[in-house]
Amino acid sequence: MPSLKDLRNSIASAQSTRRITSAMKMVAAAKLRKAQSAAEAARPYAEKMEAMLGSLASGAVASNAPKLLAGTGKSDTHLIVVVSSDRGLCGGFNANLVRDVRVKVNALQAEGKTVKLITIGRKASGQLRSDLGSLFVETYDELSKPEPSFEGADTVVRKITNMFDNDEFDVCTIYYNKFVNALTQEVTPLQLIPFAPAENAGADEATDGAAPYEYEPNEGAILSALLPKNLSVQVFRTMLESFAAEQAARMTAMDNATSNAGDMIDSLTITYNRSRQAQITSELIEIISGAEAL
Amino acid sequence: MAETVKLDLVSPEKLLMSKDVEMAILPAAEGDMGVLPGHSPVISTVRPGTIAVFNGNTVEERIFVAGGFVEVNEEGCIILAETAIPVSELDAAAVQTEVSNLRDDVNAAKDDAEKADAEAALAIAEAKLEAVQAPAYS
Repeated sequence: MPSLKDLRNSIASAQSTRRITSAMKMVAAAKLRKAQSAAEAARPYAEKMEAMLGSLASGAVASNAPKLLAGTGKSDTHLIVVVSSDRGLCGGFNANLVRDVRVKVNALQAEGKTVKLITIGRKASGQLRSDLGSLFVETYDELSKPEPSFEGADTVVRKITNMFDNDEFDVCTIYYNKFVNALTQEVTPLQLIPFAPAENAGADEATDGAAPYEYEPNEGAILSALLPKNLSVQVFRTMLESFAAEQAARMTAMDNATSNAGDMIDSLTITYNRSRQAQITSELIEIISGAEAL
Repeated sequence: MAETVKLDLVSPEKLLMSKDVEMAILPAAEGDMGVLPGHSPVISTVRPGTIAVFNGNTVEERIFVAGGFVEVNEEGCIILAETAIPVSELDAAAVQTEVSNLRDDVNAAKDDAEKADAEAALAIAEAKLEAVQAPAYS
């Protein structure tokens, strides 16, 4: 039976925990709004680039398509880019991601393929280092601080394209948490290289019935300039999505923590009041029985 | 009112400008390109330089871009630029320092890759300087 003082201490500590988690929840909610509007603001560029690439790729002759588009024709070495968060306390956000990546890595290794890893965010590197540390090519920590930037994405992409130019991998996939809504995040793989055009790329409407595009200086030159840019845009987009998803996950986790702390405070308060009453009763009994004995 | 063409200027971070203009002159890959309503569809890369936006036969706005892509179709003109700064916000002295710093970088570059990077940055800075000092189509 804990003493009254112990109970008072536990109540006080649960209360301060609740204060912190509810503050964190509100901070996450504010950041989520910001992250969502950042993701929305970045959409026009990504969409227009996709449409442009769609109309270019459909016209590109398969034989002389750049390697970024067509791939190396092999799939022996896989590069997996993991986009995680820099900070914890966001529920299963990073755990789910890391688990899916592990499954994928094991599956690929079982097929006899070589796997290389690039991690973005401290959490993925921390959690994967123990068993997959030998596969790390590069880790980018605190890249999305205070929020994802295009330069940050560009740094990663420069590394990826460098590796690709040196034939260090054949297929590149990025794993990130997709922001579905404020309550749901989905771990999603996205293939970066070779480039897989989105199914609903605006190519059809742009080319159908319209005069064919002129290309200046020429198709190949534009395509080879556009593809690396598109890569940066894709990585930037995943970073933005992941950032929004992280804030949403943290908001949910902190909301749960706050209500758990509330439940705990309630049950501790009941115990505290009961033992206080029990103590008073037993003191009274002592006094009364003492008076009776006289 | 004269016929207009819709001009969209977008950066990876946000939509910078979307408005109807009479004409826009862009630094396209092989020389400056004027876009008027009814321009034939074209896709081109963009050099570092100034986009001049014309309304009412005068230059309404000048925007510096550090390269990118442009697509013109029947719906309008879309410019995808990574860096876009209104020329009026550029500071001539600061750009001048940037250019001289980058010249030093080019000279101090240790290997070819480093040199190429510095030269690319220098080309952008020099275009920026030109945009400030000698505004095109004035």
